[in-house]
Amino acid sequence: MADATTNPTNTGLTTADGKPLKAALAHAQARSRRRAFLLVLPLLLFIVITFIVPIGQMLKRSVYNDGFTVQKNLTTGEKTPIMVNLANWFDENPAGTEPDETAFVALVEDLKTLKETRAAGQAGTRINYELPGSRSLFTQGARKAKKLQPPFKEALIELNPKWGDPKLWQVMRSASSNLTGTFFLAAMDRTRNADGDIMSVDEDHQIYLKLFGRTFMLSVLITVLTLILAYPIAHLLATLPLRYSNLLMIFVLLPFWTSLLVRTTSWMILLQSQGVLNDAMVAMGLIGNDNRIQMMYNKIGTVVAMTHILLPFMVLPLYSVMRPINPSYVRAARSLGATSWTAFRRIYFPQTVPGIAAGALLVFILAVGYYITPALVGGSDGTLISNLIAFHMQKSLNWSMAAALASLLLGGILILYWLYDRLVGIDNLKLG
Amino acid sequence: MAMTDSDAAFVEFDRVQKSYDGEVLVVKDLNLQIAKGEFVTMLGPSGSGKTTCLMMLAGFETATHGDIKLGGVSINDIPPHKRGIGMVFQSYALFPHMTVGENLSFPLEVRGMGKDEREEKVRRALDMVQMGDFASRRPAQLSGGQQQRIALARALVFEPQVVLMDEPLGALDKQLREHMQFEIKHLHDSLGITVVYVTHDQSEALTMSDRVAVFDDGRIQQLAAPADLYERPENSFVAQFIGENNKLAGTVVALDGGNSKTEGKIATVQLEDGDTCQALAVKCGGPGSKTLVSIRPERVSVSADPGPNSTTAKVLELIYLGDHIRCRLNVHGNDEFVVKVPNAAGHKHLVVGETTQITWDAVDARALDPL
Ligand SMILES: Nc1ncnc2c1ncn2[C@@H]1O[C@H](COP(=O)(O)OP(=O)(O)OP(=O)(O)O)[C@@H](O)[C@H]1O
Ligand SMILES: [Mg+2]
Repeated sequence: MADATTNPTNTGLTTADGKPLKAALAHAQARSRRRAFLLVLPLLLFIVITFIVPIGQMLKRSVYNDGFTVQKNLTTGEKTPIMVNLANWFDENPAGTEPDETAFVALVEDLKTLKETRAAGQAGTRINYELPGSRSLFTQGARKAKKLQPPFKEALIELNPKWGDPKLWQVMRSASSNLTGTFFLAAMDRTRNADGDIMSVDEDHQIYLKLFGRTFMLSVLITVLTLILAYPIAHLLATLPLRYSNLLMIFVLLPFWTSLLVRTTSWMILLQSQGVLNDAMVAMGLIGNDNRIQMMYNKIGTVVAMTHILLPFMVLPLYSVMRPINPSYVRAARSLGATSWTAFRRIYFPQTVPGIAAGALLVFILAVGYYITPALVGGSDGTLISNLIAFHMQKSLNWSMAAALASLLLGGILILYWLYDRLVGIDNLKLG
Repeated sequence: MAMTDSDAAFVEFDRVQKSYDGEVLVVKDLNLQIAKGEFVTMLGPSGSGKTTCLMMLAGFETATHGDIKLGGVSINDIPPHKRGIGMVFQSYALFPHMTVGENLSFPLEVRGMGKDEREEKVRRALDMVQMGDFASRRPAQLSGGQQQRIALARALVFEPQVVLMDEPLGALDKQLREHMQFEIKHLHDSLGITVVYVTHDQSEALTMSDRVAVFDDGRIQQLAAPADLYERPENSFVAQFIGENNKLAGTVVALDGGNSKTEGKIATVQLEDGDTCQALAVKCGGPGSKTLVSIRPERVSVSADPGPNSTTAKVLELIYLGDHIRCRLNVHGNDEFVVKVPNAAGHKHLVVGETTQITWDAVDARALDPL
């Protein structure tokens, strides 16, 4: 439009009074556009404040942790830098340098500050994330720092031989800068050795990758199961006369109107080893009383309960694509010589693909991030990555770790979404 | 191409009944025989069971009672895909996720035909409906008339012996509809297929068909060639339904023997205003029974010639239509009596409000059943 005004000879159509048509149109539409913007403004603010900012915070927290550099007084809000001397020493000496007496002098100075600012626990916790058992090292060190005599290196190592561990020094070095990738490394079961090289953690400490894998596998399984269960229901709903299908639709939606907790606990009543299902099988003599099937607190429980809970999210998109499919398509195919199977496969099914795609995406994404149900019925075997995120949020208070795990999850889903767009095409998606 | 009894019927409905809900018979006692190569149209008001009959023939609905035969064999138990009947749906039902070419090759693919042969047939079918350049388009990218042609080509491409069409032109505008009527008729003539066609447009039925079956109330009211249907309706429903018609209610007072010129007996009917008239006794009882006399507007002439059916008429309304003038008259107490006066020399010029004399031949009036 800019060149329409600067280069009037090049304009296309003009209005009756000679203004370029595009400019006139833009002017005419500006008012209504402004009004529309004002109408969506509250929602926009709401989303920014409650959604975009927290996600940004989370992403930031996954790579940013100042637990080893700044002490924040919770009552006054005042911030005091800690571990300054050690940070300076790290700056002056490259990674892998054997810590000498100057390093230990700086460390002892900093430990004294920790004592004064009462930040030993905080700093220790930060190191503890990467080197378990280090928290007490710091609290003890801070308590005794005043009484130590030079040479400090020998004195500290005598106090606790762990101070001489090169791994500790590597961790302190990385923690002394606020920006760190260690949480992401840890979330992928990787760590840095004393020289700063990335390597896998020991076999028996690898939990996250396994859990990501399990989350992915179970989510795929749940998606497939919901699809298998939902397809016939949706088809029935779409082909029944409206008055029956409405009734049936209420049954499909009923789970939406009952509390998630109630639904999950009712599965516990059904599935537990003294539960309805086991009792019934014992009563019918299918299984003995002593070898009741364990269907709760393992993967079976998670899969069964989540399949049930997520079923409506598959039924609804499927229904919404199936309803408008004219029955005359299948009839036409039949009259053209196709068996009912061929007519389904070649004519009906392809037209429902957008619904399958939408339902599968919805269910999969919901399943990947599901928390309550696996927490209640999953036991140790059936928990998902979200339960571990919650663990880091609530129990270990390692929020950076939780943030890193959540970011990986988010990234994974975005990648899947992108793949999906490449394979199915997002505009092929029909959510309702 | 009217059938004689000796012809083996190619498509046959034999005392077919159909009920959807077990309470109402939608099709009551349908008997219909269609010869090979014939073009038969089912014509009737909405809800008279036309689509139902077609669906039973195609195999999507089962007859509640009776036999449907194709080539002399009962097809009641043959599934739709083995009947080899092509069908054009009112909504066209072109598969939206396939191109036009794929749509056409679908019936050939499911028959296991090789690729080359398929392509050849698809090309020929598309050329047949003059849509050769559209093979790679999607149905959504075609206009209504083009979709209609593709639907037609698809129903014909696998060379079925019978093609069913359920109001295939319903969605088209008048001009295109007339064009397509011509094309369908042309294809029928050149391919020699048997067509069962459904419409509720009577001009469509009359122009295209060899025979027309007029449906009402789940029954065939009359099955005849178009000219017969118009000129010799057998009951009041058909007389009313096809073309324009004047009706006079009355009671038969006498029946006399016909002569060689007339097809049957001449009935003398006493009308409601007490006058009498004469009409061909087609479907009326003996003396004393109620009847409805039906006369086509163009068979009434405005003239003072004396005759048994000569009567006075008061002119109520005149509509100038160029080639003729439509006059609404009061005749024997009926205000809706219509006469078409040709706009030509020698015909009387009528004026609204005047009283004139009109007359018609006894054989042009038909005494039918009371409605
Ligand atoms: N699937 C069905 N279930 C129940 N009743 C039906 C069904 N299909 C049609 N009917 C009823 O059967 C009767 C005949 O319907 P049909 O569709 O054969 O009429 P039609 O002659 O094709 O009418 P139109 O000219 O409007 O298409 C109607 O009264 C209709 O309500
Ligand atoms: Mg119909």
